[in-house]
Amino acid sequence: MKDVVIKTRDLVKRYGAHVAVDHLNLQVFEGEIYGLLGPNGAGKTTTILMLLGLTEPTSGSVSVAGMNPARDPIGVKRIVGYLPDRVGFYEDMTGRENLLYTAALNGVTGQQAARRVEALLERVGLSDAADRKAGTYSRGMLQRLGLADVLVKGPKVVILDEPTLGIDPEGVRQILDFIVSLSQKEGMTVLLASHLLHQVQEICDRVAIFVKGRIIAEGPVEELSARIFENEPLTLKVRPIPMTDSVVDAISKIPGVSSTKKSGEYLFVTCNDDVRLEISKTVFRLGASLDHLSLEGRDLDEIYRRYFHTEVLST
Amino acid sequence: MTLGVLKKKTWFSWPKRLGRDSLDGFYPLGARLVQELREWKGLLGEGVGVIFRKEVSDHFASKRLLILFGLVAITCLSSVYVAAMTIRQSAAEAAETGFVFLLLFSTSGGSLPSFLSFFGFLGPLVGLTLGFDSINGERIRGTLSRVLAQPIHRDAVINGKFLAGLYTISLMLLALVLSVSGIGIRLTGIPPTGSETSRLLCFFVLSVFYVAFWLSVSILFSVLFKQAATSALAAMAVWIFFTVFAGLLAGLIADAIVPLGSDPLPLEVLRHQRIEIAISRLSPSTLYYEATSVLLTPHLRTLGPVFVEQLEGAIPGALPLRQALLLIWPDATGLIAATLICFAVSYVIFMKQEIRVL
Repeated sequence: MKDVVIKTRDLVKRYGAHVAVDHLNLQVFEGEIYGLLGPNGAGKTTTILMLLGLTEPTSGSVSVAGMNPARDPIGVKRIVGYLPDRVGFYEDMTGRENLLYTAALNGVTGQQAARRVEALLERVGLSDAADRKAGTYSRGMLQRLGLADVLVKGPKVVILDEPTLGIDPEGVRQILDFIVSLSQKEGMTVLLASHLLHQVQEICDRVAIFVKGRIIAEGPVEELSARIFENEPLTLKVRPIPMTDSVVDAISKIPGVSSTKKSGEYLFVTCNDDVRLEISKTVFRLGASLDHLSLEGRDLDEIYRRYFHTEVLST
Repeated sequence: MTLGVLKKKTWFSWPKRLGRDSLDGFYPLGARLVQELREWKGLLGEGVGVIFRKEVSDHFASKRLLILFGLVAITCLSSVYVAAMTIRQSAAEAAETGFVFLLLFSTSGGSLPSFLSFFGFLGPLVGLTLGFDSINGERIRGTLSRVLAQPIHRDAVINGKFLAGLYTISLMLLALVLSVSGIGIRLTGIPPTGSETSRLLCFFVLSVFYVAFWLSVSILFSVLFKQAATSALAAMAVWIFFTVFAGLLAGLIADAIVPLGSDPLPLEVLRHQRIEIAISRLSPSTLYYEATSVLLTPHLRTLGPVFVEQLEGAIPGALPLRQALLLIWPDATGLIAATLICFAVSYVIFMKQEIRVL
């Protein structure tokens, strides 16, 4: 059993009548990548600010590495690196100067700071732009500088708020790889808040679906999908070439298939079991080829939509 | 990456800017103060020194401050030049007063107002420029939450910024007063006496607090308003109100409370005057003018109305510095208190404010 690094118990934050975070119970274990996923305004950033002691909880308790952020914010902030959403830097300072400033705020100065900053700039691929003013950086570069900034203090825990927002696909790939390397190579605990589910689902060890200040589902992505789709028929998306009537007919006769529906170039197959193997065998037996075969609606987007939907209905 | 590069960037290097190092070399007091602040780390909380140094370097590199300082310096120096010319023409009269050097600061010659009036009017602008976007600027740029996520107390940010502003003001004012003195000595050939120097020193301290009052006003607005433009305009509005309209308003209110007829009784005039002065003293500009006038014009013995009978038998002469300080004590404490209260209010609001841009 791994140690619990971040733990909240019945955490509540109210802004007037609005409840931003509602009895939140969160547990993040050491070394894992934990995804806090939910729509905008779900209370993700508020939760993070409470974890850092930057805002006080209305009630409930928070513990980060055994420390209470409301009592000992400095202690928490010494070991937790935080990348805010829409991170900003001093535009008239260079990237290097910005990082040196952060290092100085952490009490790291002189040669040690210079060496650490140089290494981090190298690591995020900003060595060439290090002495350019941060005002000239692109969004993606700023985000990478932000990652370096988070690591300047040598944190044990890293909290990233919307790290992939507004970044091009290649940049997203780089950032996600970087986050994975933090967890795997350096054993850092990563808490990731995002509303871009499909982007981050693949790197998270565990996710929590966070809606209206509450966690409505938590666990590894596969587990979540198994739980929600337990009693539901599967939908397969198939594209045999050519899509003749005989092929469709043969597929519909496979045991377990309850219905088939043609929609444009695709054939949607509803079934009780995963019959993907049988379908491919059938298609090949009939001399056709298979252009596409996938299980529909089992990714996080669908899970999230389902959970969100049930949540809306029940309130 | 070479070792040379590393060596050059030891602590905090601000390559193409007038930064910490150049400042220290430029002015030894700077180095001392920075060193002391570093030792005060425990007292002021971690990070104050770091933020202070960055802010000072920002101030000295900022174009808007240089432009404004240029404006203040040009107007003040030219007024001193004209004053010196006037003094030279009437050197005999001036010499009688015994405080020729101070006349440089308080004399208005010809078409130009005195150094004192110029600085009283333009000094606040320097304070406002230093602070109007100090907090909301960081909020908008998204740097505030990043800085506050570092292991520092929240008040380190606002303290560091206020102290940096105070330091910048002191340095600028010192430069101004010293260059005025230099020009004065050169033009009139008269060095300041010991008494004049101590009066100038008091004037310097008061002026720093006067500008610091406006700095804290602008910091308060930068805490209250989300947009830097809003806080700048609000601060300018307060500045114009206090320096231009407060006096007019005081007269109007006094007129309303004690209407003066065509041939008013002396006691009515006295009451009218007292009310007008009391109201106008709510303005820090009035406090500053009164206090500095007494300091720089040693023959000014009283503030407010005096009956001729009260002056009977009085020997005209200069007021000793001790007595002058007693006379301006309420004004000086009022001005300093206003500065501190204003800063305290912004401190409290900032500490309670949410970090997020809501």
